[in-house]
Amino acid sequence: MIDALPLWLLVAIKSLVLLIIVITLFAYTMLAERKVLAYMQLRVGPNKVGPWGLLQPAADAVKMIFKEDLTPSTADPLIYRLAPFIAVFTALLAYAVIPFSQGEHGPWSIANVNAGILFVFAITSMGVYGISLAGWASGSKYPLLGSVRATAQMISYELAMTMSVIGVILQASTTSLSGIVEAQSRLWFIVPQCLGFLIYIITAVAETNRVPFDLVEAESELVAGFHTEYSGLRFGLFFIAEYINMITVSCLATLLFLGGWNGPGAAGHPLLGLLYFVIKVFAFLFFYIWLRGTLPRLRYDRLMAFGWKVLLPLATLNLLVTAIVVALWY
Amino acid sequence: MLVFVILAVALIASAIGVVSAKNPVHSVVALLANFAALAVLYLTLSGEFLAMIQIIVYSGAILILFVFVIALLGAGTSVGDLGPNRLGKVLTPTVIVGALALVVLGYALLHAQNPSGGGMLGAATVLPGLANQIPAVTITPGTEGAFGSIADFGRALFTTYLLPFELTAFVLLIAVIGVVVLAGGGAPERRKAAEREPIAKPERRMEPTR
Amino acid sequence: MNIIAIFKGLATTFGYMFRRKATIDYPFVKRAHAPRFHGLHELRRYDDGMERCIGCELCQIACPANAITVVGGENTPEDRHSPGERYAFRYEIDELRCIFCGMCEEACPTDAITLTPRFEMSNYTRSSLIYDKSKLLVPAEYGVGEAPHERPGGIPADLGEVARTKSTMNPERGYLATWRGIDILTSKGKTYMPTPAGGELVREPERLKGGE
Repeated sequence: MIDALPLWLLVAIKSLVLLIIVITLFAYTMLAERKVLAYMQLRVGPNKVGPWGLLQPAADAVKMIFKEDLTPSTADPLIYRLAPFIAVFTALLAYAVIPFSQGEHGPWSIANVNAGILFVFAITSMGVYGISLAGWASGSKYPLLGSVRATAQMISYELAMTMSVIGVILQASTTSLSGIVEAQSRLWFIVPQCLGFLIYIITAVAETNRVPFDLVEAESELVAGFHTEYSGLRFGLFFIAEYINMITVSCLATLLFLGGWNGPGAAGHPLLGLLYFVIKVFAFLFFYIWLRGTLPRLRYDRLMAFGWKVLLPLATLNLLVTAIVVALWY
Repeated sequence: MLVFVILAVALIASAIGVVSAKNPVHSVVALLANFAALAVLYLTLSGEFLAMIQIIVYSGAILILFVFVIALLGAGTSVGDLGPNRLGKVLTPTVIVGALALVVLGYALLHAQNPSGGGMLGAATVLPGLANQIPAVTITPGTEGAFGSIADFGRALFTTYLLPFELTAFVLLIAVIGVVVLAGGGAPERRKAAEREPIAKPERRMEPTR
Repeated sequence: MNIIAIFKGLATTFGYMFRRKATIDYPFVKRAHAPRFHGLHELRRYDDGMERCIGCELCQIACPANAITVVGGENTPEDRHSPGERYAFRYEIDELRCIFCGMCEEACPTDAITLTPRFEMSNYTRSSLIYDKSKLLVPAEYGVGEAPHERPGGIPADLGEVARTKSTMNPERGYLATWRGIDILTSKGKTYMPTPAGGELVREPERLKGGE
C-alpha cells in the first residue's frame, strides 16, 4: 500500500508526522525540565494546568502566540525577522536523516542518506547563524555580546565534537547513521569509544548552549543573551530551536554511542527497537536536565580554555589512537 | 533540470546580492544562501560528500567568522560610509586581469582530466568529438565507492592528488603560524604567581560581642 | 576540574528529587499561622449585639501609620450603638497604609479593635482596601462578653481578657468574622478557613530533613 504512493507524497506524510512528534516532544521536554528541576529544588513545579500539569505546554503555547511581537527601532528589520526562522529551520532539518528503528525495508527515517552523519553536522553547524544573526540584528548591546559569545563557543566546541565523532566513523567505516547503528549490533561504541563519548556529551551540552555552558544567555550578565529583544512567537521559535537541538544531539548520542535501536530482542522487531531508541534518548534528555539542576555556569575564559586546551587535544588523541587501532586490526 | 534552473537562478541572485548589498551582514546572509544553493547543486551532481563539506567548512566555519568579525567591528557601517570609491583608478587593470583569469580557467577546465582518465563534463559538451573517448561515469548515489562518494573522494585525494593536498595543508599551516605570530605580539610574558598583585583580604569589620 | 565533585553534585541533586517537597499547595492547603499573627482588623460586639467601640479615637492617635480614621457620634436612647455615651459614627482603616503592628489593639480601652489572623485581602483598587465599618464590624451574632451598660464610660469588666486570644475567641469563628463573602457555617469543621477545594489544615512542617 505504501509503495503505491508517489515518492513526494510519502516524504511529505513522513515529514508531517515526524514534525508533529518532534514538536510534541519539544513541548513535553520543556514540561519535564520544569518538573525535574522543581523536584531537584524541593518544589513541585507546574501542577495546576491539567492533571500533574500535563496541559501546561498548551497554556504556554497560547501565551506565546498572543503576546505582542516587538521589534526594536534600532533593529535590522529583515534579519531580525529572519533569524528565528533560520534557527528553527536548521534545528528541524536534521530530522530528515535521523533513523529511529530498523524495519524490513530499511531504517525508519525520512531519507536514508549515505553521508547521514555529515548531513546532521552540516545542518547543526548552520544553527549558529540563527543565534549570531539574531544578536546582531537586535541592535542592542546585550544580544550582540550574547551572540558573539555564542559564535565563539559554538565554533570552538564544534571542532572537538566533530573530532570525537570521527572515531566512531572510523570504527564503523561508514558515515551512514543506520550503518553506524548496525556496526554496533554486537558492541555499543560507548565501550571502545568511551573517551569520545565523554567528549561528545560535553561538547553537545556546549553546542546546545545549555547549563553549565549557557554563556549565550547568562541571565546574571547578559539579561537574556541573544534573544533579549525578542518577544512572543519569535522568542518561542528560539525556544523551540533550543529544545529541538537538545533532542537532536540526544538522538545522535544514542545512534553513535549507545547502539541506537539495538537491544535485547530488538532484531526483527522494529517497534521494540523504536522503544529502546526512545528510552535511550529520554535518558539523555534527563541527563541534560539533571546537569542543569546541578552545575553552575562556567566563566567565559574557562569555557574557552577548556574547549581548546582540554577537549580538542583529547579528541585529537582519541582520533589518533582509534585510527592506529583501526588501521592495524581491521 | 528544473532543480538545476531553480538552483542556478538562486545562485546568481544570491551572488548579486552579496556584491550589491550595502550592509555587510546582508552580504553574509546572501553568501549563506549562495553556499546552501551550491551545496544542493553538488548533491544533484551526486557529490554528497562535497556538498556536506561545503556546508560544514564554508557555511559552518568560515562564514560564521565573517559574521563574528563584522559583528565585533562596527556592524552598522555600510560601504557608502567608507569614503569615496577608490576603485576607479584600478578599474581597467582589474577588468583585464579578470578577463585573463577567465580565459585561463576555461582553458584549464577544458583540458583537465578527472582521476578516472576522461575529460571533465565541460569538455564533453564543448567538444563533442571527444565524447566517445570519455569512459561513461555511472552515477549511482548512495553506494560505496561510487562517483562522488567518500571512499572515491578519499582515494583520489590521497593518491592522485596527494602532492597538491599536502601543499595546501602546508600553505594553511603557514597562514596559521603567521596569524599566531602577528596576533601574539612576541613571546608571551608569563607572570609568576609571586609577581601578581596579592588579593587583599577583607578586613574584619566587626568584633564578636561578648 | 574536579570531576569527583561534579559527580557528588549530581548525586546530591538526584537524591533531592525524592525528598519531601517544601511546597505547600497554597490556595488549596493552608499553613497554620502563628497564634499571635497580626492580620486584618475586626471591630467586635458584645453578646447582646452592642458595638464595643466607644469612639474614643485612641486607636487613631496610637496608629503610627495614620491609617485609622475615627469620627465619634453621640448615642441617643432611640439610636443606641454602644454602651455609654459615644459610638464610632465613622470607623475606617486604610489597609494599604496599615503596618499591622497591633498598637490600635493595645490602645483600645474596650477591646473593640483586634487584629485577626486573616491575611488574604488582595484587591484591584486602592479604594477597595479602605475598610469602613460595614467591612470591619463583626455580625451581630458573634458578639463576646457582657455589655457594661451599668459601668461608667462603657468600659467592659472583661478588659484584657478578650484581647488575650485572637479574634472572636473561637478561631473557627473568629477567623471569618470580618469576611462577609463566605458562608460562616462552612468554617465549623476542622478548617480555619473554607477553601475552594475544601482544603485541609497543615501544621507547620517539621524541619526539612537535611535542609539545614
